[in-house]
Amino acid sequence: MSEIKVKVGMASCGVAAGASEVYYVLTRYQKESGGFDLGSTACIGMCFEEPIVEFSGGSLGSVSLGAVDPAKIEEHLKDYLDNKLPDANIILADKHNGKHNELLAGQTRIVLRNCGVIDPKSIQDYEAHGGYTALKKALAMDPDEIIDEVKASGLRGRGGAGFSTGLKWSFAARAKGKKKYVICNADEGDPGAFMDRSTLEGDPHNVIEGMIIGAYAMGADEGYIYCRAEYPMAIRHLLIAIEKAEEKGYLGKKILGTDFSFELHVKEGAGAFVCGEETALMQSIEGKRGMPTIRPPFPAESGLWGCPTNINNVETWANITYIINQGSAEFRKIGTDKSPGTKVFALAGKIAGSGLIEVPMGIELRDIIYKVGGGMKTDKPFKAVQMGGPSGGCIPASLLDTIVDYDSINATGAIMGSGGMVVMDSGTCMVDVARFFLHFTQSESCGKCTFCRIGTRRMLEILTRITEGKGEPEDIDKLEDLAANIIKGSLCGLGQTAPNPVLTTLRYFRDEYLAHIDAKRCPAGVCNSLLRYEVIPDKCVGCTACARKCPVSCISGKVKEVHYIDQEECIRCGACYSACKFGAINKG
Amino acid sequence: MEQDFSPLAESIKRYRGKPGILIPLLQEVQQIMGYLSIDTMAHLSRELDIPAAEIYGVATFYSMFKLKPQGKHIIRICKGTACHVSDADGIKDALKSSLGLEGEEDTTKDMLFTLMEVACLGCCSLAPVIMIDDTTYGKLSPDGIPKILERYAYEEGK
Repeated sequence: MSEIKVKVGMASCGVAAGASEVYYVLTRYQKESGGFDLGSTACIGMCFEEPIVEFSGGSLGSVSLGAVDPAKIEEHLKDYLDNKLPDANIILADKHNGKHNELLAGQTRIVLRNCGVIDPKSIQDYEAHGGYTALKKALAMDPDEIIDEVKASGLRGRGGAGFSTGLKWSFAARAKGKKKYVICNADEGDPGAFMDRSTLEGDPHNVIEGMIIGAYAMGADEGYIYCRAEYPMAIRHLLIAIEKAEEKGYLGKKILGTDFSFELHVKEGAGAFVCGEETALMQSIEGKRGMPTIRPPFPAESGLWGCPTNINNVETWANITYIINQGSAEFRKIGTDKSPGTKVFALAGKIAGSGLIEVPMGIELRDIIYKVGGGMKTDKPFKAVQMGGPSGGCIPASLLDTIVDYDSINATGAIMGSGGMVVMDSGTCMVDVARFFLHFTQSESCGKCTFCRIGTRRMLEILTRITEGKGEPEDIDKLEDLAANIIKGSLCGLGQTAPNPVLTTLRYFRDEYLAHIDAKRCPAGVCNSLLRYEVIPDKCVGCTACARKCPVSCISGKVKEVHYIDQEECIRCGACYSACKFGAINKG
Repeated sequence: MEQDFSPLAESIKRYRGKPGILIPLLQEVQQIMGYLSIDTMAHLSRELDIPAAEIYGVATFYSMFKLKPQGKHIIRICKGTACHVSDADGIKDALKSSLGLEGEEDTTKDMLFTLMEVACLGCCSLAPVIMIDDTTYGKLSPDGIPKILERYAYEEGK
C-alpha cells in the first residue's frame, strides 16, 4: 500500500467522457514505476468536467483534475509525486485554489456523501466510511422505535409526492400478514433525471443498508430493487454489493446473529415509464403488463402478490442510514420545518455546471442556478427552469426567489418531482417544450384510462398544430379544458400530472402561445415551420457555402455576390444557417 | 422457414412453473433468438402453459421487447429533455441520412444497424447523447455522426 492514492471517476458519465482511456494509461504507468495506489470511484457530480481524476495522500493534499487529457495525466501525476502542483485544470483542492471549490461548498451531502469518494465495488471501503454501523444500531433497537425515529425526522418521500416516510412505514408495519415485502423504486424514467443512477452507481450499499433497516422495522423478509435496464452499471454495482453483503452476513438468514432474515433481489425494468408508479411497478415485478391498479387497497395492505408491501424510491432509502446514525434531531437541523433534510437534483440543459448536486431544502432556486450550478452556459439569458419532468412544470425568471421545499414548489404549479432540473435560456421555445413532454406522456400512457390515453393525444395534436403555424384562437381554451378533464379522469400519477407542463407554460408564457397562434411567429426561433431564413446583404460575401448545402437548391447568387433565398421553395431546414461562416443568414 | 427452438429448452426448464417469470424469461429468449417472433411466443405459450395473448400483451407493452429482427448494432438516440433542447432531432436526421433510412424505417437493409429512440440515457450533462450497443457518445453535433458510424462499418469491412 502506498500513501499516494489516485482515483478515477468511472461512473457512466465519466466513462462516456473517456475515463477508461485515462484509467488504462494510469494502470500502465503504475506497472512501470509504482509509487501510488490506483482505484476507481463513481460520480462526484461534476459531469461537465469529466473525466475527473483525484490525487491524494501527498503533501499537497487532495487535488482533483477535470477534463483530463489521457496524454498528459502521467506528467500531472509525476508533478504531484514531486510535490509540485500540476499545471492542469484543477477543479477541486482542499489546500489550494480549485476552480469549483465554491460549487461544492454550497452543497450539503447526505445521500451523496460517499459518491465519488469510495469505491462502490468495495464493501470494505463502505465499511471504512461508517457503512453498516446504522444496521448494527438498528438491530439493537425495537422495530417501533425505528419507525418513530423515521417519523420524527420528518423525511418525506423523495420520489416526488412527498408523503411522510415514517407514516408509510407504520402502515406496512401494522398491516396483518405473515409475508411482507419492501421495494426500492429505481425505475427513474423522467427524462432529464439521473440522480438515482448516480446514487446506485456510486454508493449501492447505502441504499441496501437502508432497505435492510426498513425491512427489519416493518417485519419484511424479502425485498426487490426495481431498476431500469438502461442503467447497466447501476445494476452491476447492485449485484456486486448484494453478493458482498451476503458474504458478510448483512443480508440473508439470521442477519448478524439475530433472528431477522432478509433476502434481496434486483429486478430489471423492461422499458415502460408508467412502471415508476407503485402499483404498476408491482404488476411488472409479477411479470404482467405494468398497468396501475385502483387504490385502495393501498400497497401497505395488499401489494406484491397480495402481501403488505412498502415502496420507497432510491433517494428516500439512501437517507435512512444517516437518520439512524445521527438521529432525527440532527437530520431536522438541515432544511425547512415542513421539508427537512436535503434534495438531490440533476442539473442539465443550458447551465454551466451540469451534473448532480445535493442541497439543503429551503435554498432559493436562484442560488441553485447561479451559485451551486455556476450560472448560465452561454450569454443567452435565463428563461425558465423545468422541474419534475413530464409531471412537472416550468418556473419562470420572475419566480426564481422561490425556495425549494415541497409546498413552495407546488405553489408555482410545478412539482418537486424526483429531482430533474432542466435549465432553459431564451433560445428555448416553451410551446415546443410543452409539446415535447406531451409527446412523452402520450406515448407512455398505459392506455387504461380513457382521458389519459385519448386526451393526451388530442392535446399533443393541438400543440403540434400550434408549432406548425396552424393554431387557432380557440386552441388555448381547448387545451385548458382537456387538461382539467385528464387530471380528473386518470387513475394514477402519470395522467393526473400529464397536463402540468402545458398548464404552467400557459400560465407563465401565454404570450408565446399567442405569438405562435396569432402572429404565426416563434419568438425563440425554434419552431421550424414558423421561421424565415433570409440573407443579410451587408454580411454576405458570396462564398456560395449556403447554396451548396441547400437540399432543395433554392438559394441563388453568383460567386462574390449577395445571395438570395427563394421563400416559396425554402423548406426551412436551417442548413444554410449552419453553413454560413459569416453570420449572414438571419433566422426569425 | 421453421425456427429452431431447441436453444430455448434450458431457459424454459429453469423458469417453468415459477411465479412472475414472464419478463425475465422473455428478456432471455430475446437475447438468444434476437427478437420475439409470433412463432416463438406461441412456442413459449405451449411449453409454459401461459396464454399466448398474455405473452403477446407483455411483449408489446414494454419497449425493450422487439417483434421484428434487429440490426447487429443498436443505436439508441436519447430523447430526454436535455438532449431535446440540445437538438437531438438534428442528430436523428444526421443518423437517418448517414444510414440511408427513410420515413419510418428503423433498420438498415444490410441488417447492420437498428435505430431507436429512448426516453433518457441519464447522461444529460453530455447532451446530446447516443448509445451504440453499450458505448455512450456525448456532446455530439450532426456533422460528427458519419465519423462515429464509419468505425462500425469499417469493422465489418465495408
